[in-house]
Amino acid sequence: MSAVTALGTRLTAAHAAAAAVRDPELPMLTLADLGVLREVRVDEDGSATAVLTPTYTGCPALAEMRADVAAALRDAGFAEARVETQLSPAWSTDDITAEGRRKLAEAGIAPPGAAPKRAAGPVPLTLGPTRAAVVHCPHCGSADTEETSRFGATACKALRRCRACREPFEQVKEI
Amino acid sequence: MSSDDDHVYLSLAEGHADDARWAFGTGFEDPLHGVDQTLPEGVDAEAHAAFCLALADDALVAAQRLAQWITLAPELEEEVALANIGLDLLGQARLLYARAGQAEGAGRDEDALAYFRDPSEFRNVILAELPNGDFAHSMVKLLLLTSWRLAQLAGLAEHPDPVLAAVARKGVSELTYHRDHAAQWAIRLGDGTEESARRMREALAELWPYRAELYAAAPETRDEVEAVLTQVLGAARLAAPAETPVSMGRGRDGQHTEHLAELLAELQSVARADPEATW
Repeated sequence: MSAVTALGTRLTAAHAAAAAVRDPELPMLTLADLGVLREVRVDEDGSATAVLTPTYTGCPALAEMRADVAAALRDAGFAEARVETQLSPAWSTDDITAEGRRKLAEAGIAPPGAAPKRAAGPVPLTLGPTRAAVVHCPHCGSADTEETSRFGATACKALRRCRACREPFEQVKEI
Repeated sequence: MSSDDDHVYLSLAEGHADDARWAFGTGFEDPLHGVDQTLPEGVDAEAHAAFCLALADDALVAAQRLAQWITLAPELEEEVALANIGLDLLGQARLLYARAGQAEGAGRDEDALAYFRDPSEFRNVILAELPNGDFAHSMVKLLLLTSWRLAQLAGLAEHPDPVLAAVARKGVSELTYHRDHAAQWAIRLGDGTEESARRMREALAELWPYRAELYAAAPETRDEVEAVLTQVLGAARLAAPAETPVSMGRGRDGQHTEHLAELLAELQSVARADPEATW
């Protein structure tokens, strides 16, 4: 096997190991599903580096993710494993993959709609019921749902209720 | 519990060489871990450290006040909301303290800046440190602070320091939710019952003068914040109070009310009880 191929194989292994790490607060998602794994590099000296971006600035799960990714890389045979943080471009719920959205819905959590697009400059304040996007109930599929609180058990989720089946549910809110 | 949940809770109990175990309250590593720390040319390190520090102090002190609502908020959802908003601000504070410490270059990390400075060394605006008062007071305060901080951070999105610019851009998304929350409450209470409207009027009368300090600290935010406040008060059927200048200290110069000392005494007590502790 040539050196280049060997490096390619190691890179595939490192990427697979880091990508399979689960989010501590949304354990049905891997970090790849969540879209927070920005890059994995393998160097000639055999070390591996994964680049993560935080979901929310204050998300306490980031340190946990870092530790889990480093451990996963070591388990995959990289004695030297580093995790870097990338702040820009900021993570958006648009970075959650289609697979991630499917898994969220399956777990009873409504996936986010499209994140608001922001132009540079002042952020306009919109008052009143503005959520034009329809959020379907992950239990019965009804589109007749309402927001009960914009803030949920973790920074990334809002609370909603289905008017059809009366079940409360969580939604990953757009950011 | 599903096996996925098991995995998470079991993994918390495992020992790892990379000991960043947030669930145990120890081993909080530098929040800018693995981020390029170079300060770009043309950015004055000392001034930049002071600027980041003030932005961090506003966030930390406001977060602590929000946390004081926990177990006291009028409904569970509200408690969760205020805690979430506080957590976002705390996250911003951590990154900004870390950045301030790097720019300062004296080896102070986020803990040194948050826990081991005295009240006179804090640079937060007075509005952030004022006691919570009743719920109407807290919502008026939150509306003023978040409208102002959102305008400020939106203006920093293209700052030459890429770290500050990134913190600002992310903060804009978060603060948009915070300001919405405060605005919704202002309308609900202002255009609510006689009693809720009365409390809003009282809160506004008391807190309105503190805008002066916000605009002195960030003059570029004035027009935007005033427009937002006019919009919210209109929807809430509340009149803007008359402009009555009050004499107050300047938080940006370290002149604070006695309320800050009280707040910090609580916030810093555990860290100061045993500065060398690892736990």
